[in-house]
Amino acid sequence: MADATANSPRRHGSLTTTDPRTKRRNAAEARFRAYGIAAIGLGLFFLVVLATSIIRSGVPAFTTTVVSLEMNVSQAEYDEAESGMLKTAAYTKLFITKLGAQLREAGIGDDVQDDAIERIMGKVGSDMRSFYQENPDSIGETVTFTLNASSRVDGYFKGRVNRETLVDSRFLVATDLDVVDALTEAGIITRQFDWGFLTGKDAGVDNPGGAGIGASVIGSFFMMLVVLVLSLPIGVAASIYLEEFAPKNRWTDIIEVNISNLAAVPSIVFGILGLAVFIQFAGLPQSAPLVGGLVLTLMTLPTIIISTRASLKAVPPSIRDAALGVGASKMQAVFHHVLPLAAPGILTGTIIGLAQALGETAPLLLIGMVGFVAREYPGGFIEGFVEPNSAMPAQIYTWAARSDVAFYEKAWGGIIVLLVFLLIMNAIAIVLRRRFERRW
Amino acid sequence: MSFTKLTVSTLALTALAAGTAAARDQVQVAGSSTVLPYASIVAEAFGENTDFPTPVVESGGSSAGLKRFCEGVGENTIDVANASRAIREKEIKACADAGVTDIIEVRIGYDGIVFASQQSGPAFTAFEPADIYNALAPKVVVDGELVDNPYTKWSDFNADLPDAEIAAFIPGTKHGTREVFEEKVLAAGCEATGALEAMTAAGMSEDDAEDACISVRTDGKSVDIDGDYTETLARIDSNPNGIGIFGLAFYENNQDKLKVATMSGIEPKTETIASGEYPVSRPLYFYIKKAHIGVIPGLKEYAQFFVSDDLAGPSGPLANYGLVSDPELAATQKMVNEEQTMGEGM
Repeated sequence: MADATANSPRRHGSLTTTDPRTKRRNAAEARFRAYGIAAIGLGLFFLVVLATSIIRSGVPAFTTTVVSLEMNVSQAEYDEAESGMLKTAAYTKLFITKLGAQLREAGIGDDVQDDAIERIMGKVGSDMRSFYQENPDSIGETVTFTLNASSRVDGYFKGRVNRETLVDSRFLVATDLDVVDALTEAGIITRQFDWGFLTGKDAGVDNPGGAGIGASVIGSFFMMLVVLVLSLPIGVAASIYLEEFAPKNRWTDIIEVNISNLAAVPSIVFGILGLAVFIQFAGLPQSAPLVGGLVLTLMTLPTIIISTRASLKAVPPSIRDAALGVGASKMQAVFHHVLPLAAPGILTGTIIGLAQALGETAPLLLIGMVGFVAREYPGGFIEGFVEPNSAMPAQIYTWAARSDVAFYEKAWGGIIVLLVFLLIMNAIAIVLRRRFERRW
Repeated sequence: MSFTKLTVSTLALTALAAGTAAARDQVQVAGSSTVLPYASIVAEAFGENTDFPTPVVESGGSSAGLKRFCEGVGENTIDVANASRAIREKEIKACADAGVTDIIEVRIGYDGIVFASQQSGPAFTAFEPADIYNALAPKVVVDGELVDNPYTKWSDFNADLPDAEIAAFIPGTKHGTREVFEEKVLAAGCEATGALEAMTAAGMSEDDAEDACISVRTDGKSVDIDGDYTETLARIDSNPNGIGIFGLAFYENNQDKLKVATMSGIEPKTETIASGEYPVSRPLYFYIKKAHIGVIPGLKEYAQFFVSDDLAGPSGPLANYGLVSDPELAATQKMVNEEQTMGEGM
């Protein structure tokens, strides 16, 4: 084909009629454009599918089913609950008996038994106990409690549990749903926005209603702080030296190759390194965001160095020459002229590195941040670095593995929070980039 | 961008890092992902009901947990290792080499291992170890001859089982559950079908034959799941013929999706497992470093709290979640109170 075209004598036709060759070229271009549009379309399609599935599965995690009850705990009841070892269980029981008595008195749901209420309620004892610990004056007074229903009742409202597929178990039996319906009609059971999910801490596997992602957001925040504060100056300094000052010889070549290789090392390797160096050798605390941050810094450094060097290279040499020409020293030329122009690129690289670090779970596995860790908010700023905490991706991973489906839903909700965190980080980077951007 | 500021904060952070290698005030636990749910329930209640901080419970698996446990004594090592199997001789030795000599073994209860399939799938309701062996072993006995497993459907070897393709999702080799499955199901089935006999008759040594008994076919009918039960559940969800292996607690939490099969005619339930009637179960443990008691605040209290009747007893939250409580809990409580280490009083 190609030969035939090349050998055929070229006819010079009119400009108003397109010859076959031009037609072919135009067709090729149109095809290429179609490929491009198809590729973008496919990408958008998957993005939409992903976003819808995340939102559809995750949004239910932001609402919760609650039971409200006005009740009065007497001093004697309080003392009795506090006397046992498992005080929170005693409070749960107290709530159940009181709710059962009120329901029977008001005739809501015919003759509700306490064990049915026990199945309907979540682990409410700890909320009650902490309320009375903080407000001892309320003992003996009527207080309205709004407490979580069990994860299965919650699932009933979210369509996860229904009468057709429900198999009677000790967690919920079919007749309980009639009670739930009666309570909903009476306005005792309602659905509301779950602030606890955003502000809460991780909870035991039998208490999905009490689990929140707040503590691990804080953990991630402190880790990112460590990563930013360490990897940005080290990375930028290293790249400036390598790009602007270092002689080009075999040593710098070796360093360069190694940095590129380091960027491709699987993250779990950094976790093993972190365990050996930071915890076992340096004696830093286990499960601490500080160590997590240090490990992720090692992981992020190559990314930052590579992108910083690329953006330093992209600054036209004329800028350097001009600065040197008017008498600036090499350092002045770099810091006054080259670096500001490279700043947007550096910021982009940094944010990509941070985003990668934010979503990393594997290295955290080895330094003790995966499991039942995000149980308490740090006591202060310094404690935030050293007290055991988890991170968002680790928390999501842990939830997804738990047997109660309610936690799976929480995991999806956690993904949304993680994405929002990421978007905020990106937005800050874009704002900063706009401010630093200079055109020439 | 102020470099001075960044440098100063970097230095401050490094100084901070150096200064905080100090006292740890919470109990640090790691190990089995089977024990993790129970440990998390206990840790949450411990933090809520005592003045001690909530213990940190990490997952990672029994072997990984015991390995870290045996790294030595000191604040940067863990205090408690959770395990879904008893500690091995080799691990005790590794511990001793690192200076961890006094270990307290605490048995918290039992875990049942169940075979379950999709709620709406074929009627997999009753298994014998022999069925599982015939379905999953690489070599089985057909007409008295040991041959490569020819079966592709359950009904091929047992007319009572459904006419469905064999597809089993079993825990990967890094799981403690796999070991129990091999010992209590495959090995038993190997013996029951006469395969063990056929192997030794064919001139295999006893050890080799036992090893051959617990291997599984590699033609894709049996799939190792290295993740957790959630992954097995996802595989079962997408395959109506799939049979999966789950922990009792996991099955009970997902009864609307899974239906369970009996083993040797016994239904897996808390009662049948506690009595030992249901054959596939195993004890769960945690191990305490005695040297850390009195150094790490709340360590002994955590152990006592864990095995107390209020938690690990038959009506406690652990049993409610799916743990089969230990009938000999009182002895365990006494052992913990007296800090009896392994080897003492045995």
